[in-house]
Amino acid sequence: MSETTEVAATAQTGAVVSGASASLWSDAWRELCRRVTFWVAVVILFFMGLLAALPSLFTNLGPNGHCDVRQAKQRPASWNPFAAGEHPFGTDSHGCDYWAQMVHGTRAPIVVGFLVTGIALTLAIVLGSLSGYYGRLLDAFLSRVTDIFFGLPLLLGAVVILTAFPSHGMFTESFVLGLLWWPTMTRLMRGQVLSVRDADYVQAARMLGARDLRIMVRHILPNAIAPVFVYAMLNVGVVIGYEATLDYLGVGLQYPTVSWGLQLSQAQEIFTDYPYLLVYPGVFLTATVLSFLLLGDAVRDALDPRLR
Amino acid sequence: MAEEILQVQGLTKHFPLTQGVLFQRQVGQVKAVDGVSFELRKGETLGLVGESGCGKSTLAKLLMGMERPTSGTVRFEGRDVFGLSRGELRRLRRRMQMVMQDPYTSLNPRMTVGDIVGEPFAVHGDPEGGRRTRVRELLEIVGLDPEHVNRYPHQFSGGQRQRIGIARALALRPDVIICDEPVSALDVSVQAQVMNLLADLQREFGLSYVFIAHDLAVVRHISDRVAVMYLGKIVEVGDEEQIYDHPTHPYTQALLSAVPVPDPARKGAEIVLEGDVPSPANPPSGCRFRTRCWKAEDICATDEPALEPRPGATAGDDAGSPHLSACHFATEKIVRG
Amino acid sequence: MSAPLLEVDDLHIEFRTRGSTVSAVNGLSYTLDEGETLAILGESGSGKSVSAQAVMGILDSPPAHVTKGAVRFRGTDLLGLPEKRRRAYRGARIAMIFQDALSALNPVHRVGDQIAEMLIVHRKMSRGDARKSAVELMDRVRIPSAASRAGDFPHQFSGGMRQRVMIAMALALEPDVLIADEPTTALDVTVQAQIMKLLSELQDEMAMGLILITHDLGVVADVADRIALMYAGRVVEEAGVRDLYARPAHPYAEGLLASVPRIDVRGRALTPIKGAPPNLAAIPAGCPFHPRCPRARDRCSTEVPELRVVSAGADPGAAPAVAGGSAHRSACHYAEEVAGG
Ligand SMILES: Nc1ncnc2c1ncn2[C@@H]1O[C@H](COP(=O)(O)OP(=O)(O)OP(=O)(O)O)[C@@H](O)[C@H]1O
Ligand SMILES: Nc1ncnc2c1ncn2[C@@H]1O[C@H](COP(=O)(O)OP(=O)(O)O)[C@@H](O)[C@H]1O
Ligand code: SF4
Ligand code: SF4
Ligand SMILES: [Mg+2]
Ligand SMILES: [Mg+2]
Repeated sequence: MSETTEVAATAQTGAVVSGASASLWSDAWRELCRRVTFWVAVVILFFMGLLAALPSLFTNLGPNGHCDVRQAKQRPASWNPFAAGEHPFGTDSHGCDYWAQMVHGTRAPIVVGFLVTGIALTLAIVLGSLSGYYGRLLDAFLSRVTDIFFGLPLLLGAVVILTAFPSHGMFTESFVLGLLWWPTMTRLMRGQVLSVRDADYVQAARMLGARDLRIMVRHILPNAIAPVFVYAMLNVGVVIGYEATLDYLGVGLQYPTVSWGLQLSQAQEIFTDYPYLLVYPGVFLTATVLSFLLLGDAVRDALDPRLR
Repeated sequence: MAEEILQVQGLTKHFPLTQGVLFQRQVGQVKAVDGVSFELRKGETLGLVGESGCGKSTLAKLLMGMERPTSGTVRFEGRDVFGLSRGELRRLRRRMQMVMQDPYTSLNPRMTVGDIVGEPFAVHGDPEGGRRTRVRELLEIVGLDPEHVNRYPHQFSGGQRQRIGIARALALRPDVIICDEPVSALDVSVQAQVMNLLADLQREFGLSYVFIAHDLAVVRHISDRVAVMYLGKIVEVGDEEQIYDHPTHPYTQALLSAVPVPDPARKGAEIVLEGDVPSPANPPSGCRFRTRCWKAEDICATDEPALEPRPGATAGDDAGSPHLSACHFATEKIVRG
Repeated sequence: MSAPLLEVDDLHIEFRTRGSTVSAVNGLSYTLDEGETLAILGESGSGKSVSAQAVMGILDSPPAHVTKGAVRFRGTDLLGLPEKRRRAYRGARIAMIFQDALSALNPVHRVGDQIAEMLIVHRKMSRGDARKSAVELMDRVRIPSAASRAGDFPHQFSGGMRQRVMIAMALALEPDVLIADEPTTALDVTVQAQIMKLLSELQDEMAMGLILITHDLGVVADVADRIALMYAGRVVEEAGVRDLYARPAHPYAEGLLASVPRIDVRGRALTPIKGAPPNLAAIPAGCPFHPRCPRARDRCSTEVPELRVVSAGADPGAAPAVAGGSAHRSACHYAEEVAGG
């Protein structure tokens, strides 16, 4: 045993190579914190999240509450909402307080964004992993199915299905979009799993006699999932954009739900005369979508050591 | 005569070469391993050398039961590895382990060292005395600081990572370890650390090694017996002295002569082979080495030389270490044509 | 006495990346004479490739920054030259071949055309003449049936053949200095032997200065006249090839020789060098080798040993033209003691 201990002593003097980095994630976090775009996105999204979760903090009116047609289309007294009086954002064509509508209109797009992404992500992780890991028949089958979905224009598909079920709420809409959404993410997940599947450390686990479930959960998923998560984050923004489009086209959510897309839709005939009706929801929508994209971008860059 | 722990008979692996995406057509096959036979004795190290692509890693995977052979058998203590049920194969894993070539890719970057070395126990059940204690013990055995169990692989140097891989392979107290180029990816100054560690462990635990490498000096240093591979076949096998001091196969002779020696007083390569290794998808007929062999004659293109004792070879010691050579004209003397 | 063919003088190179500065080269100096083969030996990360890229002027900057030092070609400092004049040296006076020949060749162009291109651009040859010369060059690096293979693409060549093509390209403009950065590391031993033989024959034919970068102590012993051993971005020992192997004067060289197995020696115990190569973001103070050095004393952790002459060198066979060129140098406080055994 004495020789082994000598080796031990030798190796210890070699010490751990004092890498400046503790781990990929903490490194990525430090990199993120340094980015201005990351913080801008975080602040905007935090604000939007607060609007969606606790609208009562920002307005004491309910959705479509206290609307008075006689007060319709009141322009905001000033572009500075803090200086303006009773209706800081003015009122819409039904005489509802536009600020209150904006606040209540936040929840729907954000919930749909997360739900659709969540549904698609779950499907992608399960199907992508199975298809990438087991390959062969299942893979061939899933690949053909994703091909078919790829050939289908997403917006058209959504319009067709949603028109067929006219009275749908937020959740049905999310479900439909989620079903149309999974192929892209699944394909990404499958590619990731494929690239990790033959990694040496997976082979090593197999040689230890580890079972498939263990290999999948301990080895493949943790190494395959990061890019899919980043993609999902970018995706939330994209879904919000789609949701607004569907609302605007009149096939998405319906009155009495309030959403930015519906507000835009309401404004479409008259916005040349009342531009603020377009500008407010437009700005909120763009800011939110952009923030998700910026956030996803920042996380992706931070996780990719080659870009540093 | 020492007991044989591993017996390999006529092991063959042909990979199909396919074309087309949807309807795959087989257009040929890569003969990665083609009729390899050898045995490994308890406590010995069998070195396996050959140039890149000659089938060393494929052979290692076959031995580990990670690939199914096209034909042939691998017997572990007399039992056919490929005839085992899944459960039996899992149990066999406890007895046979592998150390991989690349210390940078063979450890899961998202697992701590403790989890990596402890994984065998997660799979096969905890050892006496508890997993944590045993993991720390293993780290100590391979010369790492047991305090480092919570670190991640990237915080270690290549040599240290290779030690982690060795600790993982040792965890289940195996009898046989297949080492696929365990030091090739390491810095020169660190290679010797790992080679000495492997030698110490062998002495301490009575391990048997199949030691694969392309570096002939490394193989000579660590092996008791050596097999030389060319294009999926063993062309010469014998004990270390027979192969290195009395090679009889022209390929072995050329290979040895090509190895540069860190000694300027010695002359450079005497035999420089022409050309490259032919593709294993389309190996030459007869003797596979004939396209580069300076001794080739007509018979070499038609008759495949068997791996057998040759008159030109030194008689092995009677302890059962025959010197086998697959050349029609095996002689110890190098004759340039 | 005229200036040496190539002189690298106190070269310092840093990589400045986010959050850390890696000192890849820290005061590297060497000279190369006409017709001489200098081997630069070192482990991975010791700064061999980076310094070679600096000599060629192909360092990516940023992140690389040459913070100090000079690279003189026949007395002209190349680092001070504007890019336009620098280009006249690159390829024409100093050429380089790389370890990874596949990625250094353009996959979508025919091999013959890639060689011809060099001649068309630099020598203003006509396309027809350039093609003809390309085939001649391929012949010269012993590519069988060169004329018909000139029309092949790089992936149709084996590793060894690709390296030959690289050599042909490097020689196209008849450079005075050829830098070969681990030209055989990716190749099998039998092919390595072919390439090394080819390189030394070509060097004799063309009387070039050859810088052979490698980590393999064996490869160096066969072909080099002089060896410069690098550690942590500096030369720690420099000597005629026989001197270095027979009487290493730096503990690192001593350690390397004791730790590599030799094919011609049976059952020799290996004495490894303890520890691991240094982290270049935090090179140890004093002698950079001191944490791994079995001979280290107090002084070693504070005082940086200079590269100094230990003996005049006893290797007349390899003596180059410049006086003192084959002197045995070592950067160790106790070099005499080490060389003494
Ligand atoms: N899955 C596979 N499908 C097709 N061909 C394969 C496969 N695996 C290996 N081969 C081929 O089999 C031959 C032997 O490969 P192997 O990896 O065993 O070589 P090796 O001797 O380990 O080489 P190296 O020294 O480069 O590691 C090669 O020609 C290789 O391309
Ligand atoms: N583009 C780069 N960015 C940061 N560090 C680099 C880069 N290229 C090389 N280095 C560092 O410089 C050091 C020397 O590298 P190199 O000269 O390539 O070593 P070698 O001696 O193996 O050729 C290494 O630590 C390497 O990590
Ligand atoms: S059998 Fe013939 S071709 Fe093969 S090695 Fe012997 S002499 Fe050469
Ligand atoms: S200076 Fe000191 S530490 Fe450095 S090599 Fe010499 S004895 Fe060793
Ligand atoms: Mg291999
Ligand atoms: Mg290099």
